[in-house]
Amino acid sequence: MASRKKTGRRHPLASAALLLIGLVAAGGASAAVGTVANAEPAPAAHSQQLTIEDGAELFRANCASCHGMNAEGTEHGVSLIGVGAASVDFQVMTGRMPMAFQGPQALEREPQFTQAQSDAMGDWIATLAPGPERPAEEWLDTSQVSAEGIASGGELFRINCAMCHNVAGAGGALTEGKFAPNLYDIDAAHIYEAMLTGPQNMPVFNDNNIAPEQKREIIAYLHYLDENPSVGGFDLGSLGPVSEGLFIWIFGLGGIVAITVWLTSRPN
Amino acid sequence: MSAEDQSAPGEPVGTEHDVVVYGRGAAIEQRDAFENPGLPPHRPRQTDLHPHKERRAERQVVGWFLASMLGSVLAIVAYFAVPIVPGDMGSVRANNLFLGLAIALALLGIGFGGMHWARQLMSSHEVVEERHLSRGSVPSRERAVEIFRLGDEESGFSRRSLIRNTLIGAIALVPLPAIVLFRDLAPVQNPDVALAHTMWEPGMRLALDPSGTPIKAADVTIGSAFHVIPEELASVGHEEGYLDQKALAAVLLVRLKPEDIKEAPGREGWSYDGIVAYSKICTHVGCPVALYEQQTHHLLCPCHQSTFDVTEHAKVIFGPAKRPLPQLPITVDDEGFLVAQRDFTEPVGPSYFERLHYVDPEHVPVSAAETETRA
Amino acid sequence: MTATATRPSLTSKASNYLDERTSISTMVAALGRKVFPDHWSFMLGEVILYSFVAILLSGTFLTFFFEPSMVPVHYDGSYVPLKGMEMSAAYASTINLSFDIRGGLLMRQLHHWSALLFIAAIGLHMLRVFFTGAFRKPREVNWVVGFILFILAMAEGFTGYSLPDDLLSGNGLAIINGMVKGIPLVGEWVSWLLFGGLFPGNDIVPRLFVLHIMLLPALVIALIGVHLVLMVINKHTQFAGPGKTNDNVVGAPIMPLFAAKAGSFFFIVFGVLVAIASTFTILPVWEYGPYDPSPVSAGTQPDWYIGFADGALRLAPGLESEIFGLTFSWNILLPMAVLGLFIVVVMIYPFLEAWITGDKREHHIAERPRNNPTRTAIGAAGVWFYAIMWAAASSDLIATHFHLNVFQVTWALQAMITIGTVIVYWLTKRIAIGLQKKDREILLHGYESGNIRRLPGGEYIEVHEPLDEYSSWKLKAFDSYEPVMVRPNAQGRITPATHLRAALTRWFFEDRIAPVTRGELEASKHDHH
Repeated sequence: MASRKKTGRRHPLASAALLLIGLVAAGGASAAVGTVANAEPAPAAHSQQLTIEDGAELFRANCASCHGMNAEGTEHGVSLIGVGAASVDFQVMTGRMPMAFQGPQALEREPQFTQAQSDAMGDWIATLAPGPERPAEEWLDTSQVSAEGIASGGELFRINCAMCHNVAGAGGALTEGKFAPNLYDIDAAHIYEAMLTGPQNMPVFNDNNIAPEQKREIIAYLHYLDENPSVGGFDLGSLGPVSEGLFIWIFGLGGIVAITVWLTSRPN
Repeated sequence: MSAEDQSAPGEPVGTEHDVVVYGRGAAIEQRDAFENPGLPPHRPRQTDLHPHKERRAERQVVGWFLASMLGSVLAIVAYFAVPIVPGDMGSVRANNLFLGLAIALALLGIGFGGMHWARQLMSSHEVVEERHLSRGSVPSRERAVEIFRLGDEESGFSRRSLIRNTLIGAIALVPLPAIVLFRDLAPVQNPDVALAHTMWEPGMRLALDPSGTPIKAADVTIGSAFHVIPEELASVGHEEGYLDQKALAAVLLVRLKPEDIKEAPGREGWSYDGIVAYSKICTHVGCPVALYEQQTHHLLCPCHQSTFDVTEHAKVIFGPAKRPLPQLPITVDDEGFLVAQRDFTEPVGPSYFERLHYVDPEHVPVSAAETETRA
Repeated sequence: MTATATRPSLTSKASNYLDERTSISTMVAALGRKVFPDHWSFMLGEVILYSFVAILLSGTFLTFFFEPSMVPVHYDGSYVPLKGMEMSAAYASTINLSFDIRGGLLMRQLHHWSALLFIAAIGLHMLRVFFTGAFRKPREVNWVVGFILFILAMAEGFTGYSLPDDLLSGNGLAIINGMVKGIPLVGEWVSWLLFGGLFPGNDIVPRLFVLHIMLLPALVIALIGVHLVLMVINKHTQFAGPGKTNDNVVGAPIMPLFAAKAGSFFFIVFGVLVAIASTFTILPVWEYGPYDPSPVSAGTQPDWYIGFADGALRLAPGLESEIFGLTFSWNILLPMAVLGLFIVVVMIYPFLEAWITGDKREHHIAERPRNNPTRTAIGAAGVWFYAIMWAAASSDLIATHFHLNVFQVTWALQAMITIGTVIVYWLTKRIAIGLQKKDREILLHGYESGNIRRLPGGEYIEVHEPLDEYSSWKLKAFDSYEPVMVRPNAQGRITPATHLRAALTRWFFEDRIAPVTRGELEASKHDHH
């Protein structure tokens, strides 16, 4: 049942239709086996070591038109002084920066730079003023998190994140056309950096608010959700009662009505 | 054309030969109307005409019923063969799926088999049944009236009016004790005070939800959003009303650049160095207002989309809420921890009828008009 | 039982045994060959009944495992992300019956899906009855009984989805608490008594449980009984058709055809529900976590049938007044009043229409919606009004899925519920009248056969063929009304009610289309030939 990975942002009808077709085709057998493949690793092109100077150059070539030659900010883009390497890694490696077009918020897409290029820019930004560092490996490795840790991560997620991102990480609406994206199959580093730096309208959750161990627990919880697709069957986009209501009207009652039309028809 | 009748509602206009005729009101008597052509000739089905098709339908029905039997057996097999392994969600999913599909097959087999039988093999001749007026027949109506008359006569219900009236009075009063009995659905104390106050007290530390770790002012960096409970709440047990108190005392803490805050006169001392604390309970119907946008400083309620502007004391800028979120006056203690100066100055959460009685005299309205119209 | 055969069979002996003790043969004789008309929309009531049976069966299973208690416990079941957490016994037992009982999740999903289908089918059934005028005399009482069942079904649904005590249901109760508190004078007290003190308290789940499994189901079952008995007494309506009149019922006898179809249909509905329950997740309570007043999930919505009320709250203007130190929360009271009015109008509509038409006859022919354009337009406007409130309950999801601004979505919906309702009324009426005109056209000039013929002069025409007697009947057979005139009553007075009624009949029947008469058909034939 790989629906979690595929649904993304789509109209609930579309996903429901797709799911029904999938049900008929696969006979639901795959659901029994249903394991979700792991997220593809972020492109890790460490083929060459780039210096801080290279980072500065990349920045001036690609980012300075909005953020200024020395990252001091312009009317088109905020100042990046003090945002830290973590912020650069998140924005660049999720493809949000450079922005594809001006809109209510920067959208996720294919990253435009390699990890090495991004790191070099981040290192250069970090030289301008101190800011949040890229997270250490130990906070991203969730293999040692206990069951209680995952439970604690779930509770922290509900208190601090679910109001925007939905309890199942399906995302949700913000004001004036902005939205909180879904959190399916997000790289651990990017979850961590988002909490640490508060990209765009997301609030910052610094280490005094949510400690690094707790951030790791939240990541572990999200990964648990990724690895354990909906137990009851197809999840209808995890959108809650709205998609359930649409489903029962269109496919439940619709199907039953189709049957009534058939069974009250006159056989020839 | 119109046969507008003036008779009392529901009364027949007249009866002819035991046929009741009702008034037709605004309906038009259709002149020169067509005659109902009567039932069309019966069309036989393929199964009526061709014995081999009949036999095939028979086999199909049997096939469905056999499939149902198979489904029942499979369901029992699935129950044992696809057990639930504790902790393995995949096993729960498999159990749900196979057990369910097998039971569905067992049910649908009977359903489709029976339906096929009915449609293809049972007589398809339509049967006509006469209708009669819904009212009882004339004799039974007369008999009913007679029975009521006898009942009245034999009991003296109309005649003995004092008995009748005291009985009506008694029956009217007898449910009243039942209403009183419901008073103890809730504690003896009156709701007003309990609803109007939270557990915030002067000097009580602001702490993280749910751990209860107190928060230092220096921890709250710009752009942060802290979900906050009173420090003492963390040690209140669930059986001692933890959730009840949390439902009143939950607070959202954010830090703005001091120049972003448009402070209302009288509330200057309620924040600390750009750090402000607001009740999380929406003033519309009480959902937690927790969606904080750190760039726009908007707070959005996910239930009904009321939006509050944190820079202007959480006044409403969109949606069905009317009042700003109550602000918790805060300061720091000797050790640098954020503490409440006092309880909220007004009841938190949705408005209710007597709310204004419980607004503290020290309450400072956001502006000359907390009642000011929204943007 | 006149078993004169030489050796009575086991069946006949058993039947005799039973009849000698129960006189069941009387009932079989009276009802056994009762006739039910055949139309797909007449099956909707059965869908309701059968999904209710599925609800009863699965619900009974659930009560064996569910603990209706808010006593705090530490979770120690098999779902990892809740390990060791403090939660109510109600929530813990819901998780346990889902994950540690074989078939438990299936039964829970079956119960919930069946409930959604139950109420959806009620809605569609009510629309069928409304749009075909099947609520007219003698069925007004049964309309009211059915309407109360609809309200009870929503109450059952609400009390049911509040029981697991998860984050979603808790926030639903928080909203109910807020609405109750907004009621002037008594609101504070009602909330206090309902929750046994402060919200959420420790009492609401066991209290709702008793309502959910005892009081409400008892009422539902009793009223379903009344509904069905009245249906048998009044007999089912039928659509106009050859041989089908206001004085007969044409269809299948209970024994055997209707019983076979209805019985099979029960298994089909039940089977479809089980198939859905085994393949589609509903309300994954484990994702929502135990109720806690601080968190909330994006996309917090009630089940679909409560959606219209939630939507009304979202569309409400942000108004409150403080009069003499008392607070009136119009942002709660206004939507509640609008919903209340809407519901009351739905309930009493049969009586309103009966008063307007003044038609005291019994009606057993289900009208085609086009043949009563005003009623159909009222119904369509009502559906639109309801649907917009319903859509408003998902305004946030509409915004995210179509990349819109949630504020603008709300404004658009506010416009659509006010102006749109009027437009829908007008449009539906025009469409219905247009369809009636088309029916007349077909009767008088035949239907377009699709055959193109070339006339000697080179001109092409499409041949119009007349309908045969049988298929044309349903186009001809319908009741026609006209506005009544203001006339003095027996006392020689003209009352305001008379004026009102005259005005209302004008509104209803002014631009009616009359059925075709034989004379008109004759005349049109002469025109053609």
